[in-house]
Amino acid sequence: MEWALLLQLVLNGLIVGALYGVVAMSFVLIYKASQVVNFAQGEFMLIGAWVCWWLLTKWQLPFWIGFPVCLAFMTIFGVIVQVVVLRPLIGEPVISVIMATVGLSIFFQALMKWMFGVFAQPFPPIFPAERLSLFGLQIQSVYLLSLALSAVIMLGFWWFFTFSKHGLAMRATAFDQQVAQSLGVSVPKVFAMSWAISAVVSAVAGVVVGVVSGVSSGLSFYGIKVFPAVILGGLDSIVGGMLGGLIVGVLENLAQYVDAQWLNWGNMTNIAPFYALVLILLIKPYGLFGTKNIERV
Amino acid sequence: MSMTPSGDFRTSYAADMTIFPTRNSRLALLIGLAVLLCAPLVLGRYELSLMIQIGFLGIAALGLNILVGFTGQISIGHAAFFGFGAFASAWLVEHGVPVPLAIPLAGVATALVGLVFGLPAARLKGLYLAIATLAAQFILEDFFARARWFTGGVAGRITEPFTLLGLRFDHDETYFYVVVFWVVVMFVAAANLMRSRDGRALVAVRDHYLSAELMGINLAYYRTLSFGIASFYAGVGGALYAHYLLFVSVEAFNILFSIQFLAMVIIGGLGSVMGSLMGAAFMVLMPELVQSAAQALEGGAIDRALSLGASINFLREMAIGAAIILFLIFEPDGLARRWRLMKAYWKLYPYSH
Repeated sequence: MEWALLLQLVLNGLIVGALYGVVAMSFVLIYKASQVVNFAQGEFMLIGAWVCWWLLTKWQLPFWIGFPVCLAFMTIFGVIVQVVVLRPLIGEPVISVIMATVGLSIFFQALMKWMFGVFAQPFPPIFPAERLSLFGLQIQSVYLLSLALSAVIMLGFWWFFTFSKHGLAMRATAFDQQVAQSLGVSVPKVFAMSWAISAVVSAVAGVVVGVVSGVSSGLSFYGIKVFPAVILGGLDSIVGGMLGGLIVGVLENLAQYVDAQWLNWGNMTNIAPFYALVLILLIKPYGLFGTKNIERV
Repeated sequence: MSMTPSGDFRTSYAADMTIFPTRNSRLALLIGLAVLLCAPLVLGRYELSLMIQIGFLGIAALGLNILVGFTGQISIGHAAFFGFGAFASAWLVEHGVPVPLAIPLAGVATALVGLVFGLPAARLKGLYLAIATLAAQFILEDFFARARWFTGGVAGRITEPFTLLGLRFDHDETYFYVVVFWVVVMFVAAANLMRSRDGRALVAVRDHYLSAELMGINLAYYRTLSFGIASFYAGVGGALYAHYLLFVSVEAFNILFSIQFLAMVIIGGLGSVMGSLMGAAFMVLMPELVQSAAQALEGGAIDRALSLGASINFLREMAIGAAIILFLIFEPDGLARRWRLMKAYWKLYPYSH
């Protein structure tokens, strides 16, 4: 067994996993605030990445203008999706809400394919693509940057939920909507805000993936990979989402290694997380950090 | 001419449980069946092929409706089970099982696979189950691509047409009867299931699972059972699909197809047996409508601006997504409710107010 290769795989896994973690956090954010499972999280990434790509290539905007414009668009987009689609479904059974987001997911995926085509498009070079060597391992500078960005987003989340007024309002809403309302928290505003933040953060992740490996509709598969991550970490734990993302990232790289060395099944990168998912659901359905839901009559 | 009695005159449980409450509705059923059986003599190939599609998709959608609409469990992996049924039937036929027998056997095999994936369902509900079935979808899809002995791998699997007593049902005109037979059998079975103790237990699990459990309904048993039934229906639908197209390809049973099944159930009406068929009809006819709309606009300014012709598949997918969302928001009970309203309107005609 070559240790260097293994270490390299773990590192790759951590880099990809950090991105999964970011998307998982934005998924958990929506779930915590409004009890909605967003099956369209991957499409949020996709839309963010395409809009940014469009602004940078068709309008020739520099990155430092195009990127904020894209994020502003995603803020509005998240609010609109929440108000138009999810708000009428408040009080409906969980299944209806799940299916509405599933509908959103295929709608936007098809819309993006229609508008931008099915082929992967490269981002204009924003950062110099260099290979750095760190402790004898080869890393592209873009990957390091994405790792740093993920860390910044995580810190931002931590600050937002511990210190800012809106973050505290959001936590209060997640804890008990009626109590939060009676304390003067506007619950509809919190819902809209959680969708906006989630859309923006997903878009950042989408742009990072787009910069690294081009934008294509395959990007929305990240949104599906998020499920193993959030189930692993527990659906209502933001830290758990991050950790679950990292574990899934490492797991799929290791699975690929095992597959290439011994099994030769192919496609294990994509499937291994789902085997893990079924196992976790059988053993520990509320994840590593999720709160166990005890129902009393 | 009423299809429904104009009041509540039921004095026995048996009268309360009848599927067709008046003589007229029973007559309408017989006439409807007779008309349906004459359809191949009148209709062209194209209409018949649409009806056959509605038939086998409707059977699978009914299975999903038993799971989602009656038991309140969700599955985002129904197409994978549909596909498993198709491959199982093709595999059985290659190993010497005659096609008429292979179709129900494929259903049983799919039910067994469904039970395996349904085991987590015994403990899970709502969103955890949604995610578990999503995993089942990807695991089965991966299995299809890998298990060459079973599916023929990437090349797919060719199978034989339906033959019975020396007759070959390999045209739309003849295969139509096979599908109609299975549709009638499966829909009658489902309608009767819902009148039985087991069917009521499923509905009780959906409405309030804690109360159901307190009343002595074994939750794990009924949740797993409904998964098995749903998979059985999916398997039979898939087998009919296989012997209609005579070729089963690995790529067909992706997540989009699973979502289409969900859409059929929502559009038709959750918890309605006939709604499943209406939903399937909607999902089969809507893409045709989108296509003809795009063709009508062909060459016009809109077509040139949006390149409709080249992106017809995306338009279809968008229409599916939009239909799911719009029905959930504006008509959560689906087409079945519209149908009930129409019947209620005609019940007292012309004195409806």
